[in-house]
Amino acid sequence: MFGPLIVKPSKSKGDKTGSWRTKIRPKYLQKNCIGCKMCVVICPEGCVSGKEKNTYICNYEYCKGCGLCSVICPKADIIMTEESPEGEKK
Amino acid sequence: MENNPLFKPGHTGCAGCGQSMAARLVIEAAGANTIVVNNTGCLEVFTTRYPESAWGVPWIHSLFENAAAVASGVEAALIYLGKKDTTNVIAQAGDGGTADIGLQALSGMLERGHDVLYVCYDNEAYMNTGIQRSGLTPFDTNTTTSPVGKASVGNIRQKKPMPEIANAHGIPYVATCSVGYPQDLQRKVKKAISIKGPKYIQIHVPCPLGWRHESNLTYQIARLAVETGLYPLFEYESGKLAAVRKIQPKPVEEYLKTQGRFKHILNNPEELKKVQGVADNNIQKYNLREESPSS
Repeated sequence: MFGPLIVKPSKSKGDKTGSWRTKIRPKYLQKNCIGCKMCVVICPEGCVSGKEKNTYICNYEYCKGCGLCSVICPKADIIMTEESPEGEKK
Repeated sequence: MENNPLFKPGHTGCAGCGQSMAARLVIEAAGANTIVVNNTGCLEVFTTRYPESAWGVPWIHSLFENAAAVASGVEAALIYLGKKDTTNVIAQAGDGGTADIGLQALSGMLERGHDVLYVCYDNEAYMNTGIQRSGLTPFDTNTTTSPVGKASVGNIRQKKPMPEIANAHGIPYVATCSVGYPQDLQRKVKKAISIKGPKYIQIHVPCPLGWRHESNLTYQIARLAVETGLYPLFEYESGKLAAVRKIQPKPVEEYLKTQGRFKHILNNPEELKKVQGVADNNIQKYNLREESPSS
């Protein structure tokens, strides 16, 4: 009971924090992207991924909808849209 | 960074948390051969909600005040095992765990000269327990233990000069950085890791909950703190001021008006003047003002 509490690394992936989003979610348009990777760098969740321009997308299972990627995108290629009423929210 | 992140999603930090952003940047810059020792604080709580952990590197938490002491022990053990040259040790804490509760352990670690990088995530109050003021809370901030009222305009004390205190120990590297400058942050972490001996880095991390701002403004607010001179970015190498980020100072109102914790002083010219005085003092002390090209 009072020994060290040890858990496997990176186990938090089981927490689907995407359910925290309330009304809005980012939408990656993938049109004018220049591949600056600022959305990857800035995401507090670390859930944005992509390899080259116009491939960046966030993982909606973890995205909490803070909107930072939308604000930082220099090409305004990420917009905040309303969460669709049914089904789409994972 | 994307393929096998060392700081995994699924942690329970608030939306727009500056600290989780900084923690991820630090660990990605430090690399996989790192042992992390954590003080109690927001970071410890939201990344390791038992039985889960967001960390992809060895990570240990003991008590609130002793990340620096435990890191000293980890470093000593690694030397005994002959693995120190290939392993980095990072001790990290929030501002309360660094400037108030963990100061003696930190001071001991710096004095003994352990090869550890100490990272302080400075969100300027005890956010984890409900926004109580800490030693690093800036002047005139509204917190739950420095509330605004008829007789009070918030925190009456100045921010503790932690980088100077660390530097006074004669350690090889002291730096401040901000999540508003992520590339600068990662460069400083990499540089610190390459230096042998105790290192201290303090990172300015906005907190949407405690600072009362929108979650999508974290980045801009961190940049404004630097651009107004309220959070100077500098590096000390072997006790000497080696580099500063030059700015063209903006009035402090631009920074203060973005946050609810400073709302009460916006219509109070006397207090605004005092806060501007803090920024002016920083600008003069570190010579932050950018020389215009013509002069």
